[in-house]
Amino acid sequence: MSTETSLSGAELRAYLHGLPGVDQVGADERAARLATRSVKADAKAAAIDLAITMVDLTTLEGADTPGKVRALCAKAAQPDPADPSVPKVAAVCVYPDRVADAVDALRGTGIGVASVATAFPSGRAPMDAKLADTRAAVAAGASEIDMVIDRGAFLSGDYAKVYEEIVATKEACGDAHLKVIFETGELVTYDNVRRASWLAMRAGADFIKTSTGKVAPAATLPVTLVMLEAVRDYRAQTGRQVGVKPAGGIRTTKDAIKYLVLVNETAGPDWLTPDWFRLGASSLLNDLLMQRRRRATGAYADPDHFTLD
Amino acid sequence: MSRLDVRKTYKLYIGGAFPRSESGRAYPVTDAKGRFLAHAARASRKDVRDAVVAARKAFGGWSGRTPYNRGQILYRIAEMLEGRRAQFVAELRDAGLGKDAAGAEVDAAVDRLVWYAGWADKLAAVGGSANPVSGPFFNFSTPEPTGVVGVVAPDSPLLGLVSVVAPVIVSGNTAVVLASEPAPLPAITFAEVLATSDLPGGVVNLLTGRRAELAPWLASHGDVDALDLAGVAADAVTALEEAAADTLKRVFAPTGDDWADEPGTARMTAFLEVKTVWHSVGV
Amino acid sequence: MDFAYAPAPESRDVVDIRPSYGLFVDGAFTDGHGEPFKTIDPATEEPLAEIASADASDVDRAVAAARAAQEKVWGPMPGRERAKYLFRIARLVQERSRELAVLESIDNGKPIRESRDVDLPLVAAHFFYYAGWADKLEYAGLGPAPRPLGVAAQIIPWNFPLLMLAWKIAPALAGGNTVVLKPAETTPLTALAFADLCRQAELPPGVVNIVTGAGETGALLAAHPGVDKVAFTGSTAVGRSIARTLAGTGRRLTLELGGKAANIVFDDAALDQAVEGVVNGIFFNQGHVCCAGSRLLVQETVADEFLERLRARVSTLRVGDPLDKNTDVGAINSAAQLARIRELADAGEAEGARRWSPACELPSRGFWFAPTIFTGVAQSHRVAREEIFGPVLSVLTFRTPAEAVEKANNTPYGLSAGVWSEKGSRTLWVAQRLRAGVVWANTFNKFDPASPFGGYKESGYGREGGRHGLEAYLHV
Repeated sequence: MSTETSLSGAELRAYLHGLPGVDQVGADERAARLATRSVKADAKAAAIDLAITMVDLTTLEGADTPGKVRALCAKAAQPDPADPSVPKVAAVCVYPDRVADAVDALRGTGIGVASVATAFPSGRAPMDAKLADTRAAVAAGASEIDMVIDRGAFLSGDYAKVYEEIVATKEACGDAHLKVIFETGELVTYDNVRRASWLAMRAGADFIKTSTGKVAPAATLPVTLVMLEAVRDYRAQTGRQVGVKPAGGIRTTKDAIKYLVLVNETAGPDWLTPDWFRLGASSLLNDLLMQRRRRATGAYADPDHFTLD
Repeated sequence: MSRLDVRKTYKLYIGGAFPRSESGRAYPVTDAKGRFLAHAARASRKDVRDAVVAARKAFGGWSGRTPYNRGQILYRIAEMLEGRRAQFVAELRDAGLGKDAAGAEVDAAVDRLVWYAGWADKLAAVGGSANPVSGPFFNFSTPEPTGVVGVVAPDSPLLGLVSVVAPVIVSGNTAVVLASEPAPLPAITFAEVLATSDLPGGVVNLLTGRRAELAPWLASHGDVDALDLAGVAADAVTALEEAAADTLKRVFAPTGDDWADEPGTARMTAFLEVKTVWHSVGV
Repeated sequence: MDFAYAPAPESRDVVDIRPSYGLFVDGAFTDGHGEPFKTIDPATEEPLAEIASADASDVDRAVAAARAAQEKVWGPMPGRERAKYLFRIARLVQERSRELAVLESIDNGKPIRESRDVDLPLVAAHFFYYAGWADKLEYAGLGPAPRPLGVAAQIIPWNFPLLMLAWKIAPALAGGNTVVLKPAETTPLTALAFADLCRQAELPPGVVNIVTGAGETGALLAAHPGVDKVAFTGSTAVGRSIARTLAGTGRRLTLELGGKAANIVFDDAALDQAVEGVVNGIFFNQGHVCCAGSRLLVQETVADEFLERLRARVSTLRVGDPLDKNTDVGAINSAAQLARIRELADAGEAEGARRWSPACELPSRGFWFAPTIFTGVAQSHRVAREEIFGPVLSVLTFRTPAEAVEKANNTPYGLSAGVWSEKGSRTLWVAQRLRAGVVWANTFNKFDPASPFGGYKESGYGREGGRHGLEAYLHV
């Protein structure tokens, strides 16, 4: 783990603004072109299963109850009750006060419990509160923490504040993995996404994540492309691998496969495991299951054969 | 006892200087009645070569001037020509024009220069475009000068000459001009006008001599980008166009112009290249 | 993990290739009187069809048909009616676009992704664009009363067969001219399909005539005294010979010839997008592109890093079956072109440049050449000077903007160039100084019917596309 704690604000700024720019048109074009890849036959079956194993099955609602979380955990462990060959998902993602419910429901499954923290989704809370939020989630058994950066600080150029918050949250995580959410829909430009990526990686992020799912646009292919380029380059430079998680708006198998192609042709196959790539989603899982069923039976499936949890 | 005239030695105009032909050759020029007027330099292929070198050297600077500046210089040429009206009238009368016709020709030449001067800063607007492409790109086209243009001037000794030189240089091209063979003297005097008009040396290079001898060297020259064959006899055009084809020169063939007519834009656009620039548009 | 995509071939069922094709003259397919030839699939070397060859009498017939149609029907027709025919053609192209794309990929070897996503949409757009001009010619800023030239002889290359046809035919017809078009010998099929499409559009007979054949047919057409205008796209050598043929005839000529474009990457460029642009610049359409960015000029301060990224990216290119939807680089169009690419690449090696290609398995049949990058290239090397027209990139470096411009312009060609920088003022400074007809800044190989295209210097003269493209087909 290489975190740097001695960077001054001016140094950070100079560093981040010295990164190569991102031409929006070119990045959009590249992502769109990769989206035309056609994954067929056995390759598609393998891609569907891979995508299932990468899902962070998510519920982040004010209305979340222990019952809702338990149901989601059951789905995570056995996505298709009619087909035990379906792999389980990577993790269940909940609010901090529901972590205990999820830990309880997932015990022994090997499925991770991810908790959003740091005053998700806005991040607009005192630092103490954010750290308390994080510690509470970890204490309740979360194995992964999805923090949000202070977009206000980032957009006003106070990179040092963003950096220090990540460093502090990382420390509060202990053994839990830290995913850093940029809320790219609020950062707007790809230059900002690239800067945020390098800032977070240098501050110790284990994963960088696009969005909370509460702001539109959430994950997009070009934003994810820019982040994948960043983790690729960061590993080449430092030897440390950082994961990527697009979240929000990924609803169909077609979408998911586009993301896998993007990973494959940008960061490379080393990232094509749940250890290094996750899909933050809720409704995606059922579409993956329906596509899987269609491949198995040769007929399009009825959605009512798949559980709504 | 009357004073003996000091005669002018008519030389070439290359790179802003007035050298004799490197060949040392000259030919006698006579007036309409066959009386000797003066010797004109009889340029050689090496003079053509030197003139092309001078024109190429001048191209970067001249094409890099602001259009406003080029326009002012063309206007300055008109001013200088106007100031030497009497001299040109006399030379045109020597070349066979009547008094009124000579005066009218000088006036028309001045007016033509003024007309072209005003084009300098309008060509890009009229000849260019903003192109509404289907994508996130800013796309625009602008005309740029072709480069070094070889001009075989017509026999209309002043108006014809001005009518072929001005449209070439107004956009930033430089020129190597073969003057009228039978009436070269006004051309050399016109070079004196150019030399005193803030026109950078080498922008216009003027050669006198045998067109049939010199034009093929211009047509085949690898560093000449375009030709105006205005003064070429009909039976000589094909061979010159064939020679020009080897280096893919842009060729403006003789069109039987009446130099008194409104010129239109064809002679300017013939020596322009349209450049289209695309730039991505994003945040 | 190894993430395979599995073969994803586009269906060939949408095309129906006949065993033999005649010439399309005066609205009907007719026999040719030359020796017929075969067109083959360059990806398999399988013959596709037998194609008629036009001899002098056939060319005469086609020119006469075009003349009659121009004088009696197309010339006198009101512009608004001509416009509707062109709109109809645009729509038919859209309706038949998948069929035409597959046919193009089969006959040419280009990836279906490109014929589907680039060629065909641009073909339809080109007809749609010029359709709109047909009744507005007096507003084109070319003169108050533009008139058609008459009959246009049009000779097109094999690299973008149907797109080059569109670039030629659309403005000609919009201007009230009729045409005799000769497609390239190795790629006649989409032009012949277009002939069928003209019949579906009920275009009056003789307005579009298609004569197939080899170079001799093209030479006959270009030299034909019955044509008023010749438009040629192809090699600089042939362009010169056509210009010589037309010397002294007063016939109009436009030429779109070769190129050796520089793609200039400054150290402040958006590097990942610049890598994409360089890849797209030279490997698009197997590098069979006159405006290909075949010379990379990269600033020395960033050269090593850039080349590392470039090699990594080139390693992900998928070379193979043109009809596979995931193919990035397809087949070389012909054995002759493959031989030329090999010869020049070998010369590059012999002259001391370092040759690199990614590990990639090429099919055993057909014409293939792996994406290739030469580094350590000097301006004097043949691979830096001659148009290779294949997937071969020559890399040179520069230190200052002025040196980049000087090297970029140090070629007899002047068709296109690319500039990559995040600094707008420098980009424009460079763009102003490049002697090239098209300058792409932070992009490359973009085409649009509204955007004029054509060369400086020995890359030819005249423009295709946009308002400027009309001028080539009008007396103004």
